[in-house]
Amino acid sequence: MMNYIWAGFILAAILIGCCTGQIADVSHSVLTYAGKAVQISLSLIGIMALWLGVMKIAEASGLTCIFAKLIRPLIRFLFPDLKKNEKAQAAITMNMTANALGLANAATPFGLKAMKEMQKENPKKDTASNSMCTFLAINTAGLQLIPVSVIGILVGLGSKNPSEIIAPCLLVTFLTQIIAILTVKWLQKGSSKCQK
Amino acid sequence: MSEIMAFISISAIPILIGLIITHGLYQKVPVYEVFIQGAKQGFTIGVKIIPYLVAMMVAVGMFRASGALDLIAEVLKPLLIACNISPDLIPLAFMRSLSGSGTLGIFSEIASIHGPDSPITKTAAVMTGSSETTFYVLAVYFGSIGITKYRHAIIAGLIADFAGIVIALCLSKILFY
Repeated sequence: MMNYIWAGFILAAILIGCCTGQIADVSHSVLTYAGKAVQISLSLIGIMALWLGVMKIAEASGLTCIFAKLIRPLIRFLFPDLKKNEKAQAAITMNMTANALGLANAATPFGLKAMKEMQKENPKKDTASNSMCTFLAINTAGLQLIPVSVIGILVGLGSKNPSEIIAPCLLVTFLTQIIAILTVKWLQKGSSKCQK
Repeated sequence: MSEIMAFISISAIPILIGLIITHGLYQKVPVYEVFIQGAKQGFTIGVKIIPYLVAMMVAVGMFRASGALDLIAEVLKPLLIACNISPDLIPLAFMRSLSGSGTLGIFSEIASIHGPDSPITKTAAVMTGSSETTFYVLAVYFGSIGITKYRHAIIAGLIADFAGIVIALCLSKILFY
């Protein structure tokens, strides 16, 4: 699937670029974005190190166990394979909380920590497990209470009532989350049947 | 309400770090040594996602630079005009899944052209504010643990994105027009 999507983006870009006469921009973007990708990856190292260190303290002190208990019922429903993995449960809890509060810088390290824990339970190391797909669906649907950057732009342009968009955003995010979870659970049934 | 949320967003990180360290000290954890142990893995993860992010960002970057989004907007224009939706929102709808900074860029443009309190800007704000960049999240999260077969994660992400756009458009239609 990813093979076709990835190739599709690149081939479509070349084809459309030739037709629209923007092939020079396409060519330029290859080098620019390759560089940008490395910059973003490297800039993650600092915050990753920070939060992995802090999480390690929380693990040693038994705090992760307390976090994990908070959302155990939800975890049982969403991630049945992770019933016994407290570290994964804690990291998922922290990831969801950080996302909800709009702390993108903290949410990513917690999310990656959760992925690492899920990978331990995963029998096929190059293939996503059911729990990972569910976790990614929740993350890509974007659980956020306040869209800080959007409100920032509105305030910058002199909007009279920028907080007016908060409630609709919340409602949309909430509904999208439900759809994401239902979709992933539904697709999961289909794909496990195929494997048998 | 939004002030309280802003305060939480600003102060949450130091407070959280403070609480975890305090609890660690209380439980007699050698906090400094344990922190270093955990932090060592940060470098490995950062380096590990480089190939995934290069693959994804180059593909998406090329796609954006080719003018493909304008082309899609042109093709879908009649359909949207028939549904009484502004065609200016089409590039935003597609960019949402592809690039976070690109989405904010298009949103700023819409907001400055139509004014920050116009119905189109508010609709765009709801579309932007209620989403996450699906392709970036997939590349970083799966990249960090070396997974290349994404199974149904990608379709689920894209279906949710599409549903989010439709819901945002419908809700905005009711609220802002």
